Amino acid sequence: MTPAPRAARATSVWFPSLDPESVEWLRALTGPEREAATERLHDHLLRIARRELRRRGEQARITGPELDDLAHQSASDALVSILAKLEEFRGDSRFTTWAYRFVVLEVSNKLGRHFWTRPRAPFDREDWERLPDRFGFDPAQESEWRETIEALRLAVEHELTPYQRTLFVAIVLNGVPVDAMTARLGTNRNAIYKALFDARRKLRASLVARGLLDHHEDAERERP
Amino acid sequence: MSGWSALHGFLTTDPDDAGCGRTLELLEIYADLVIANAGPEVRYPDIAAHLRACDPCADDLAGLVAAARDNGS
Repeated sequence: MTPAPRAARATSVWFPSLDPESVEWLRALTGPEREAATERLHDHLLRIARRELRRRGEQARITGPELDDLAHQSASDALVSILAKLEEFRGDSRFTTWAYRFVVLEVSNKLGRHFWTRPRAPFDREDWERLPDRFGFDPAQESEWRETIEALRLAVEHELTPYQRTLFVAIVLNGVPVDAMTARLGTNRNAIYKALFDARRKLRASLVARGLLDHHEDAERERP
Repeated sequence: MSGWSALHGFLTTDPDDAGCGRTLELLEIYADLVIANAGPEVRYPDIAAHLRACDPCADDLAGLVAAARDNGS
């Protein structure tokens, strides 16, 4: 008799508080019903991928066969990762939530890469006239925000590193999704977030030092 | 949201922000706590701070919560 895979044995030993559905998934995916369970899990992943792509795809302008193709790719890649990492499941969440995370993140990655098949504008276009609009400033009230926005532009130009400036121009000025930039730069979301996080702190310090931010923060707080 | 609110939101950083790495690492645990209405922001305030500032991670969480609630159906 072939010994049960480690995950199946571990199910009852290590995860005594695991919910019955998770226990059943682990048992099925590591036992003799593995093939049918894998197919069932793939069906779940495909449905989630389709729904996620529909939810996010409108913004990414993905529909029809292209959406379905990306959904299949996301579900298949997620399934491969899940099966490869099955023994890493610690039972800290429901099994399905752990597994669905893989397909949700696959959708994000694939949408990021897909962005560059039809970019809306050059990611490095420095059209600073767009900056007020990116934050939703009312052109009719330009006299109130002009000085601050100009100071922000100068701070971007002179106080950010070239890398931070590239990210600011792409993500803030040109509206390129963060995941598209991770694909473009061959990095990960955390690295981009960290660089932008530091950039935001620098920009804030610069505006505060010029007395341009606190005044408006006070005004904001005083609003009803 | 006024331009000022958006600008302040962009420039405001939380020192407790967990970052994308830790957030994505614990996303399924956080999602289960959301679904169970078990106060994820109390147990993981650093992740809650990150989710307030990072749209892509918040979007992933929204997708995962929806998927887990419906259990893939």
